[in-house]
Amino acid sequence: MLTKRIIACLDVRAGRVVKGVQFVDLIDAGDPAELAARHASSGADEIVLLDITATHEQRGTLLETVRRTAQRLFIPFTVGGGIRTADEAAAVFDAGADKISINSAALTRPGVVGEIGARFGAQAVVVAIDARRANSGDPVADAQVYIAGGRKPAGRCAIEWAREAESRGAGEILLTSMEADGTRAGFDCELTAAVSESVQIPVIASGGAGTAAHFTRVFREGKADAALAASIFHFGIADVRALKEDLQRDGIPVRLPC
Amino acid sequence: MRVTVIDYRAGNLTSVVKALHSLGADVVVTEEPDLVRSAERIVLPGVGHFAATRRLEETGIKAAVADAASRQIPFLGICVGLQWLFGGSTEAPECTGLGALSGSCQRFAAGKKVPHVGWNSLSIRPESRLLAGVDDGSFAYFTHSYRAPVGEATVAVTDYCEPFSAAVERGNVMGVQFHPEKSGEIGLTLLRNFLELPSC
Repeated sequence: MLTKRIIACLDVRAGRVVKGVQFVDLIDAGDPAELAARHASSGADEIVLLDITATHEQRGTLLETVRRTAQRLFIPFTVGGGIRTADEAAAVFDAGADKISINSAALTRPGVVGEIGARFGAQAVVVAIDARRANSGDPVADAQVYIAGGRKPAGRCAIEWAREAESRGAGEILLTSMEADGTRAGFDCELTAAVSESVQIPVIASGGAGTAAHFTRVFREGKADAALAASIFHFGIADVRALKEDLQRDGIPVRLPC
Repeated sequence: MRVTVIDYRAGNLTSVVKALHSLGADVVVTEEPDLVRSAERIVLPGVGHFAATRRLEETGIKAAVADAASRQIPFLGICVGLQWLFGGSTEAPECTGLGALSGSCQRFAAGKKVPHVGWNSLSIRPESRLLAGVDDGSFAYFTHSYRAPVGEATVAVTDYCEPFSAAVERGNVMGVQFHPEKSGEIGLTLLRNFLELPSC
């Protein structure tokens, strides 16, 4: 049976893993290669590394970090942050990523999704969508896409953009609820379900993970194919294996033993 | 152990090469038919579209693989590399596969999300040499939209919409639909088993 994936996410700045609440108050959480290996051995199904600095000068640092992290990692490894072109994606693949995640660049120039897919396969292209519920009669159906770390509206409806990303050749959608992100108060299940039911490709839920019950809910009610979390693992609140054991008790199919 | 990895410009070879290196293999990446013909063992990776296998025909690699296979040189096709062992795929009807196994590959039936992405379980036949030492029911990482039929050569079956071939073996011609280079310890065990097959 196809299992629900638990994805450990590393937010990286200048080669170090950091964690903050809603993109502020960043604190050092360790070395990316070391943390990725630890998550993999404790049962993570996948690792995502997001470069949250992504300034031009630090691209070299990112590639070195990717190379070092990929070295001993034998599970799927996704890298995102600042990738704008198929050539930039190629450098990240060469460094050892299996998939790349693109966000603002895809909104600015949607054609880049197909360009990367044509060279590396659709399975290698994850389109990340940062969304916020709308201030309208139907806040979920009208949820809006944001860029620049959730500060700037992109002027797109999240569901419509997810559909377009799929038709342009995205292999997966990484959906982050900007309202839930960093709160540890639970995923936005309604928003996740609305996006997941609008596309045929897998949807990874992100933002708000705090407890095992949150994961159960986002798989069951949110129709998520995978769920991503960062801070709950970094600080030992739960490791992936403990989380999966809880999910299995709830009847969610997970990769165990792992 | 020397292993020849075929580069046919379909996706990214870094992960496969890295996994083989980590097992101590001496890896040669090539698109030269002569190097394929003289290989001790051959890996054909593959992510992406079946149409990419057209290049194997055009470059003469297909003939080189057929020649090596007839001499029982160990061959492992991964993902599209497994599908290519069959007659063809409805993904690119104009391209023919190696035809070492009968049947052809079809898209998953409607009803579930396609592509099939993630960790799914393997029902392993005990005679499998690739999966020796891997427990029945173990999970492997898949990402694909087309699947190969179950037949005599099938040594592991996975179910998604319908049962399909997750691993095949016919003599030393072998293939896996999942990505051993991305399937954690069981994937490394499989690659180690492949590297340790006696080469002729």
